Amino acid sequence: MRSGTSLGRVRGLGSAKEGAHHWWQQRLTAGSNLFLMLWLIVSIARQPSFDYASMRMWLSNGWVALPMALLILSVFSHFRLGLQVVIEDYQHDESRIVMLVLLNFFVVALGAAALFSIVKIALGAAA
Amino acid sequence: MASRNPARPLSPHLTIWRWGPHMLVSILHRVTGSGMATVGAGLLVWFLAALAGGEESYATFVDTFTVESGKLNVLGYIVGIGLTLSLFQHMMTGIRHLVLDTGAGYELRRNKLGALATMLASVTLTAAFWLYLGMK
Repeated sequence: MRSGTSLGRVRGLGSAKEGAHHWWQQRLTAGSNLFLMLWLIVSIARQPSFDYASMRMWLSNGWVALPMALLILSVFSHFRLGLQVVIEDYQHDESRIVMLVLLNFFVVALGAAALFSIVKIALGAAA
Repeated sequence: MASRNPARPLSPHLTIWRWGPHMLVSILHRVTGSGMATVGAGLLVWFLAALAGGEESYATFVDTFTVESGKLNVLGYIVGIGLTLSLFQHMMTGIRHLVLDTGAGYELRRNKLGALATMLASVTLTAAFWLYLGMK
């Protein structure tokens, strides 16, 4: 046990010993989402065409594929945290655990599919 | 919890308070966030997977939201405008939350103005986005 007052040892930790982790991650990803979503919305608005060939060419560029992959990571962690709070607010019995497990499956499965698709296009694999 | 006594008094909730813009944008933040996390994330992944899957699967994605000429159909407009409005509203209320996190903006008048400003900004940005797309 470290020295220091008992208050000093527990301050900011909470019962789970991780204190403001959830809160801070939510803010951190909010900041990265702001930049990445603005990039996406401007990028979409400036597309000359949305046909298959132009969209493939667009996403195969590293300067598009990389921010898109970062966007998936940032946005998906952000909404995992957000939906977790929504579930915790409205589900009070065993269904809460079920919903939280399903949420994690949903986020990981969808995120993996997105990242795989981006990598596949960026590395130039044939459709 | 399962052992909760249902007869316990509840704290005052939505039906008690007089509505104000701060309540509305708080709810909008949650609704738009939940909507984008489900419908928006699903559509984004569908778009990416369809594009990675090839010409045929991408055509299925595009055809769901467009008419023959390539213009958006009714579903395309509802989803498109719905998601962009949700994005900008959540973005603006999100920025408002970051400001409130610093401890600023809790004075009644400023808080109300800030809440109203998020809705004004989200509608303006959505309109600007679609006008830009339409005029290209």
